[in-house]
Amino acid sequence: MSRGNRPLSPHLQVYRPQLTSVLSILFRIMGVATSVGSIVLIWWLAAAASGVEYFELVQSFLGSWFGRLLLFGWTFALVFHLCNGIRHLYWDAGKGLELETAYASGKAVIVFSVIITLGLWALAYVMGGA
Amino acid sequence: MSLRTPLGRARGLGSAKDGSSHWWAQRLTSLALVPLVLWFVFSVALMTGADHVQFLEWVQSPVVAGLLILLISVGLLHSQQGMQVVIEDYVHGEASKVLSLFLSLSIHVVLGLTGILSILMILFRG
Repeated sequence: MSRGNRPLSPHLQVYRPQLTSVLSILFRIMGVATSVGSIVLIWWLAAAASGVEYFELVQSFLGSWFGRLLLFGWTFALVFHLCNGIRHLYWDAGKGLELETAYASGKAVIVFSVIITLGLWALAYVMGGA
Repeated sequence: MSLRTPLGRARGLGSAKDGSSHWWAQRLTSLALVPLVLWFVFSVALMTGADHVQFLEWVQSPVVAGLLILLISVGLLHSQQGMQVVIEDYVHGEASKVLSLFLSLSIHVVLGLTGILSILMILFRG
């Protein structure tokens, strides 16, 4: 089979970034980030199962400024991947693929990801009292 | 309308040698994760400030324990499916690809077992 003159995938660096392509790349990056962040979730559960002392150690790390920064990043990655994932499921049904609709849903994903992430953290601060 | 070539349809398999089953399985786990993740993030936000005893009481409800086990198993399955595609796309060379896939799968299995066994420990031992 000749592999010589086949068309190649577009090389990212020769394209001007568009909203659609940037969201597509971010979707994958945020998915991988969510996977890495799930290690913290499992660690947190294992800490709770192992006893009060270790649980409080993990809680104090997660409550430090660095822990909160990690958790905030993880929340945004997860929420963004969820919102854009719903957009992808809609596309998989064969709907919303027109250029205008794809741009509108892309903007909606950004708005919803930011609102939901900030809303969750506002809720957490109200419950936890700083 | 079918997007598959006649030869591809006759063989039933594409270049990945498993047809569209991986793609389809990934859609199923995504669908299940939409309500599970929404439930989880709001529950955890509401749990902020809870101490160890309150946290254990939350996990010990059979509904919560069941949903957590579902979230962990479906979530890590989805994560594994996604990482597999990323590795297949970017890791070239047969040996390093197979090694990366094996490592990713192993890490996911260990994380899944740790998470589920932790929940069972909390549920049955407190």
